[in-house]
Amino acid sequence: MNREARVRKTKASAGRKARKELYVLRLYVAGLTTRSRTAISNITSICEEHLQGRYDLEVIDVFQRPILAREEQIIATPTLVKKLPAPLRRLIGDLSERQKVLIGLDLRRLG
Amino acid sequence: MAKAPKPRRIQTLSKAPTGIAGLDAVTQGGLPRGRPTLVSGRAGCGKTVLGLEFVVRGAVEFEEPGLIVSFEESAEELTANVRSLGFDLDDLCARKKLAVEFVSVERHEIEETGDYNLDGLFVRLGHAIDSLGAKRMLLDTIEALFAGLTNLGILRAELRRLFRWLKSKGVTVVLTGEQGEGAFTRQGLEEYVSDCVISLDVKLAHHVATRTLRVVKYRGSSHSPDEYPFLITDRGVTVMPITSLGLAHEASSERISSGSAAVDELLGGKGFFRGSTVLVSGAAGTGKTSAAAYLANSACKRGEKCMYFAFEESPQQLIRNMRSIGIDLAPFVKKGLLRVEATRPSLFGLESHLAASLNAVNEFDPAVVIVDPITDFVSLGSTYEVRSMMTRLVDHLKSRGITALMTSLDSTNASKSEEEVGVSSLIDTWIVAELVEVAGERNRAISVLKSRGMPHSNQIREFLLGPRGLELVPVYRGPGGFLSGSARRAQQTADDATSSTGNGS
Repeated sequence: MNREARVRKTKASAGRKARKELYVLRLYVAGLTTRSRTAISNITSICEEHLQGRYDLEVIDVFQRPILAREEQIIATPTLVKKLPAPLRRLIGDLSERQKVLIGLDLRRLG
Repeated sequence: MAKAPKPRRIQTLSKAPTGIAGLDAVTQGGLPRGRPTLVSGRAGCGKTVLGLEFVVRGAVEFEEPGLIVSFEESAEELTANVRSLGFDLDDLCARKKLAVEFVSVERHEIEETGDYNLDGLFVRLGHAIDSLGAKRMLLDTIEALFAGLTNLGILRAELRRLFRWLKSKGVTVVLTGEQGEGAFTRQGLEEYVSDCVISLDVKLAHHVATRTLRVVKYRGSSHSPDEYPFLITDRGVTVMPITSLGLAHEASSERISSGSAAVDELLGGKGFFRGSTVLVSGAAGTGKTSAAAYLANSACKRGEKCMYFAFEESPQQLIRNMRSIGIDLAPFVKKGLLRVEATRPSLFGLESHLAASLNAVNEFDPAVVIVDPITDFVSLGSTYEVRSMMTRLVDHLKSRGITALMTSLDSTNASKSEEEVGVSSLIDTWIVAELVEVAGERNRAISVLKSRGMPHSNQIREFLLGPRGLELVPVYRGPGGFLSGSARRAQQTADDATSSTGNGS
């Protein structure tokens, strides 16, 4: 079974909001556990609410991609890596503390 | 019919040899196989070096591939560190004998937003172990996780799970930990590792540092609980077991010349026993170093190797001075038969000296060892410490069948029986050189105080040190008693005169 889920939304309308940055997010999980599902649903909801049309979210299962876990220096799971915009941030945990996630993603002023 | 039950040998704890000189003796075979061992100590104690050497030697000497997990140093830094121990990490990694996993924990990048576990780390370690077939592992130091993650409840539970998991994988793990106040480690790592704990320390005495190692705990195995000095050299870690090798060494009845016909004459005409320990003691300027050079000279002439530990003279100075009594040691140095190790005694601590000396002896494998003089060690420690060190040195040399000559500087002529370093009982042959002060001159006199297992002269003999070497002067034993120097010559002239007068009458 392919545990890799991929949610990608890139909109043609991105040009209209050129001043808004594109968010590149990678969510590393360890298997499709309850905790993983919670994390996926939390980040999807935040993205849809705050970053509609300008985010690239990929969910990666470290069991499937151990080398990637090494390259990305993953220790805890789930870990959400904000690759862009800089600076790089790692949000670990199931992302259920919404305020902290917004702060970590620099989205609080928008919310 | 049921078979009679086979007598079963009791399974003793399986151990993974470290390959580190001395450590396997102290732990009686190595670290507990398939279990974690904690190495704790303050910063700069050598924890990482010890762990690295365990893993690297496992890969090189015991066909056990190893994984080095570093939380603090990148692969490049590690490679440099391992190279300083004499191993090529890149080559070992290329040959799939070693792998390095650098785990970076950057606190400033991390935000905790809910429940998590350390499966990411588990997956990485599991993948690295499986792809290498790793049997050994170094975790240096897992305490870094405490700096990066704040949820101690999750962290502690996950560490417990990590060590259970590593045990189930059968990996022999060394983990390092910074020593804490009143505990082995600041983060209480000993809580997770209950099998074996090794504590490292650096002690300062007389402004000289000595590294020490102690096996604090070793579940399921006997071990020496003593504290052992250890060294970190360019060939890795060397631990020095304090326990001497006992008195089981072979005793050779072969005699070797002392190099001086005069000294041989005092020893029944044959010289020292091979493998015996000789002490030459005396005041300043009595010819101790000359006696040492004689032995070195004769050993090298026989084609045997000689190691000369000089604590007062440089090799060049020694060679120049010995030319004045007709001994040229320079060709032997060139030929590689003679090695002069000249160091100031205050360069290292006592134990480091011992370790360095034994390392040098083991490597050079000489037939004769000279320590000139041992008295200089007294400044480095208490009489007990010096004695303990000398015992181990003598035992080690005897066990290898090495003939040893040590010189000892007596502060005054009178104190010949006062053992300056308390080593007389270790000595097989004790030669005393003295200055006899008679009629306004000092004359050199030599005698054998003791020599185990051989008849020896009981006379105090006058000797001369000159370009022809060490010469015994014929003894004057006349009505005037023991005489030396001008007094002897005057007495002889007087005696001759008397006898000629007698003849004439």
